[in-house]
Amino acid sequence: MIANVKDKAVIVGIGNTTFSKDSGVSELSLAVQAVKAAIDDAGLKPSDIDGMATFTMDNNDEIEVARALGVGELTFYGRSHYGGGAATSCLHQATMAIATGMAETVVVYRALNGRSGHRFSGGVAGDITTADAIHWGWYMPYGLLTPASWVAMFTQRWMHNTGVSKDALFEVAHSTRVYGANNPAAFFYGRNFDRAEYDAARMIADPLQLFDCCQESDGGSAVIVTTPERARDLKQPGVSVLGVAQCAADNQEQMTSFYREEFAGIPEMETAAKNVYAMSGLSVDDIDAAVIYDAFSPIVLWQLEAWGFCGYGESGDFVKDGALRTDGRLPTNTHGGQLSEAYIHGVNGIVEATRLVRGTSVNQPAKTVNHALVTSGVGIPTGGAILGKMD
Amino acid sequence: MTTDEQKAIESEIYAFIGQEVYPPTPAADDINEAMIRQWAEIMGDNNPAYLDKDWAAKSIRGTTISPPAMMYVWGQEGFQVTKGRALNAMSNLVSVFDKHGYTGVLGTNVKQEYFKEVNPGDNVTIEMIIDNISERKTTGRGTGYFFETLSTFTDQRGEKVGTQRFKVLKFIPQEQPSAVATEDKLDVPTRIASPRGHDNKWWWEACDDGKVLIQRCKSCQTLRHPPRPMCGECQSMEWDSIESTLDGEILSHTEIHHPKIPGYQYPLVCAVIKLAEGTNFVANIIGCSPSEVHIGMKVKGVLEQVDEKTMLPQFYPA
Repeated sequence: MIANVKDKAVIVGIGNTTFSKDSGVSELSLAVQAVKAAIDDAGLKPSDIDGMATFTMDNNDEIEVARALGVGELTFYGRSHYGGGAATSCLHQATMAIATGMAETVVVYRALNGRSGHRFSGGVAGDITTADAIHWGWYMPYGLLTPASWVAMFTQRWMHNTGVSKDALFEVAHSTRVYGANNPAAFFYGRNFDRAEYDAARMIADPLQLFDCCQESDGGSAVIVTTPERARDLKQPGVSVLGVAQCAADNQEQMTSFYREEFAGIPEMETAAKNVYAMSGLSVDDIDAAVIYDAFSPIVLWQLEAWGFCGYGESGDFVKDGALRTDGRLPTNTHGGQLSEAYIHGVNGIVEATRLVRGTSVNQPAKTVNHALVTSGVGIPTGGAILGKMD
Repeated sequence: MTTDEQKAIESEIYAFIGQEVYPPTPAADDINEAMIRQWAEIMGDNNPAYLDKDWAAKSIRGTTISPPAMMYVWGQEGFQVTKGRALNAMSNLVSVFDKHGYTGVLGTNVKQEYFKEVNPGDNVTIEMIIDNISERKTTGRGTGYFFETLSTFTDQRGEKVGTQRFKVLKFIPQEQPSAVATEDKLDVPTRIASPRGHDNKWWWEACDDGKVLIQRCKSCQTLRHPPRPMCGECQSMEWDSIESTLDGEILSHTEIHHPKIPGYQYPLVCAVIKLAEGTNFVANIIGCSPSEVHIGMKVKGVLEQVDEKTMLPQFYPA
């Protein structure tokens, strides 16, 4: 059993920038806007921040964000690697720093010009010889160099193994877009979407079509995490981290773990799930709503299986009767997800999971949300967290 | 450049607009199968309409045709061009550009239009004029002018076969003038190569030499791919390698549709292949329609030069 940090850290502030396809500002500007919005939401001052956690992939140095905001002294800064796998890893870092007393109030942030600047769809390239660059070199010469193509390779085999069809992928794509259509901050706000449009959209990497893929986005998201003692005095109802874990599984590569005995699965998420449940003392039946990392539609299905909402290969049946919708078993990605709100590498998902527990989602389910699951990207070292109301 | 200099060159070059480069000139050889065969082989164009008489006899045309894109080929001078060409309006125009410092040359586009099919035994006549010259432009290569020739092709009956517009940029080279001074230095994009470091250089060098190797632990004989500095089973850092037979079976696959990256040939299929030796390997599947690729398919790999710079294993249906 890993260490238990249940109820040691509380989310007290959340902030998003406007999401767009061309922000017209620097990534640093987006980062400080998002962090400032989260600080304001919490009713704190920039100088209350003494720790920062972000992605290795983020281009905004902690000290630049701190200086621009007027944060002053930092006693903790830690970065998490592996692309979208870092989303809840940053929360994990923040929680550990607070639980150990290395910092009192930590901001988790991620900001990127993911559409107007460097685009993930542009693929990987490079002439550096780090272990990471050499890893991509086994795929680049063959043209297997975009996130969609890597995920497609897993999807093809998973669909072959399980018999799950595009109907299930469509249900994920559709349910999140219905949520997005009702979210003024989402790219899909006010937009109709149906099966005919889904089927007619261009193929990206077989079997993934356009609407199986997330939005390339410019924007930033941030959450403020602090101690329970501090949280009680602040403006918002505290949202406690009941469990959080990260995991890199055996024989792991970054997006290309093709060398496992059976590679159509996400064992790293299964381990993270087991540890989060153990830490929180909760089980799958206690989860009321979820924000499940959705860079691509099929990865939501695999995570439903990894977190035990259904067995391997059963997620198609699980979602087909509307389980992910607002009145379903597990309202999921109620902000529209990264498929239709914006792709802020999962940190906008932590923002939404916090809202679900506060009861302030734009698509708030009618039932009480005591426990919300939020996860990081898959195909990579990953993790997740369960959030709940602070006692 | 001053306005006076600009005026000076423009007064000279614009006088060439409309001038004849070649008067109507019949090709030295009639359209013939030998040249069509060579052209089709080089282009890799296996259209049976060009050379398969039996097929053509049953087609709506009833006979073979010359590849339309060959119309410019029939009037080429051949080996005698190595002794030099007679001066004409185009070479004179180029001399004017060169004299004013516009020594860079870049063929920017060719546009052909086809009106009529021609057959073996027909004869193509070409005539060419300087059709237009642009105003002064600033381009990525440097400041210059685009000029466009218009070639018109007719058959022996005087009927129009097609036209070709060829646009050329003459410009003042800005940097590395030698690199852009001739048309044959244009870079053709190639596939993105793997970086090569201590742990993988040996593998890619063997690939360059036509071999796919699999790293093997010298201590416990475990095979591992991709290569790593240490054996995960026994922690030995001693290793050698075996050569793969490249017999394999597809475990998963995807056809890459979007985005299309320069330097890659589409349709493009990538697959995870279980090699007969037991390790998994990612490569392209070629030699069949993408729709025929399936999980469980047996494949056989061959080392191939896929572009000017890249040797790669390519897998075919076994």
